[in-house]
Amino acid sequence: MALRPDLAIIADAVPATSRVLDVGCGDGELMVALRGKDVDARGLEIDPANVTAAIARGQSVVQGDANQDLADYPDNAFDYAILSQTLQTTERPDRVVDELLRIAPRAFVSFPNFAHWRIRLALLWGGRMPVTRLLPVAWYETPNIHHVTVSDFRDLVRAKGIRVERVWHLSGDKPASDAAASWRAEHAIFLISR
Amino acid sequence: MASLLHQIQHQGVTINATLPLDSGQVLPSVTIAWQSYGALNADRSNAVLVCHALTGDQYVASDHPGTGKPGWWARMVGPGKPIDTDRFHVICANVLGSCMGTSGPATPDAATGAPLGMAFPVITITDMVRAQAMLLDHLGIARLHAVVGGSMGGMQTLAWAATYPERLASALVIASAARHSAQNIAFHEVGRQAIMADPDWQDGQYYGSARAPTKGLAVARMAAHITYLSEEGLTEKFGRRLQARDIKSFGFDADFQVESYLRHQGLAFTDRFDANAYLYITRAMDYFDLADPHDGRLAAAFAGARDVRFTLVSFDTDWLYPTSESRRVVQALQSVGAAASFVELSAPFGHDSFLLDVPALDRLVAGALGAGF
Repeated sequence: MALRPDLAIIADAVPATSRVLDVGCGDGELMVALRGKDVDARGLEIDPANVTAAIARGQSVVQGDANQDLADYPDNAFDYAILSQTLQTTERPDRVVDELLRIAPRAFVSFPNFAHWRIRLALLWGGRMPVTRLLPVAWYETPNIHHVTVSDFRDLVRAKGIRVERVWHLSGDKPASDAAASWRAEHAIFLISR
Repeated sequence: MASLLHQIQHQGVTINATLPLDSGQVLPSVTIAWQSYGALNADRSNAVLVCHALTGDQYVASDHPGTGKPGWWARMVGPGKPIDTDRFHVICANVLGSCMGTSGPATPDAATGAPLGMAFPVITITDMVRAQAMLLDHLGIARLHAVVGGSMGGMQTLAWAATYPERLASALVIASAARHSAQNIAFHEVGRQAIMADPDWQDGQYYGSARAPTKGLAVARMAAHITYLSEEGLTEKFGRRLQARDIKSFGFDADFQVESYLRHQGLAFTDRFDANAYLYITRAMDYFDLADPHDGRLAAAFAGARDVRFTLVSFDTDWLYPTSESRRVVQALQSVGAAASFVELSAPFGHDSFLLDVPALDRLVAGALGAGF
């Protein structure tokens, strides 16, 4: 099975032998991919079926909720924290970003860009909350309670004095150019550091 | 019945070395009865120690020599099973203080030859673990691939990681806790008082007499058995159904199926367990609190165990060793940087879920044991 494109980018960017916490690790897909680089990967995942699957694959995963349980990890316990497609589901994304950069000096954060042109058009012409490939659930049952755009996230990290080390934009499963990424990126991956 | 129990022959070894106990007392020598399954590999790296629960024994995957029933974890341990004896050399030893061949209150006094009874020193979970380490020394096994246990077996597993962290690669702790709660102690005290209030207990010196405290032990087991099940489980299994009758007797027979079931469980238990051993082992569990020697800081107990891979499992219907206790252990492990996995599984059977058919548990155990091997 091919890795999800944002996970493939993160897997490629994580240096070998580093210590990593994958927040919202699902069934451990990324952690398994990192095994080849001798990365010491740990996971936090809310869904017990996913946790069971990840442990059954030999991964170290704790069942827990990114909204509360990141507090259990000591400062600088990891080299990298990873939050992929989870930020927009958290109760207070700003606090989660703070926690990520408390636990590790660097963090990968990936999220669907709510300013992608298709979403803009859906709102503009349809007048309804967009249902897209990356945001496939209707407004009343979506876990995505804090939709965020590339520009929003840049504003947040700037306000917090957080450095953006690198950004990857994706359109479909392909890299998107950084020019006009706010319109054209369906998905963004930020590598941030304190 | 206790006399029959003590006539069973067990495979064991007497180690003529002193065993210093947490109480400050010293056992001059210790006899340990154990069973093993699967071959030990050439570099002695595939040994898995399974620790049994309060009323368990070393016959984890073989028929009980007294009752003839299958081993208590035969569904988990065996060729091709989650703890695969085609890959692992599985060792299970009867715990210190028990009654299946390991030193305990029925052990004869070296001087008089009479059973020690209450002269046997009070032991702790860590004392049990020290005795197991002596057995491994005797067997020439320096390091374990894993220590695995449910309930009191999980307590021993945690005590292993705290006491001998360099001797195990991974620890699998199921439906357990790093301390006994007030509620846990309270239930045990009910059981002990039932035994000691039985006139046949005779201050623990009943071994030579024709009378043994079977009534007290049966009541202790009945009370404990309720704590191993969930309310939903009991309701589903028995409801308010009557036992072998259509109308209430307006007396004190076992009118309800649940009464009949408990009475049977209590009585059957006295065929395979010794009342004094029940006193000693429940006491050891009550004294268990890994944070106690560290001013209440549980993380300090695991300071040396950051290289051990831990997997903890709780069950959503287990109110005896609830999820919050497993989480407390996980938090302590995370704060020292140990690799810890934790999941709360959904199963209807209460605390006993760890012994029963929970397929997700099988996958977890196999995965946790297979990692790094």
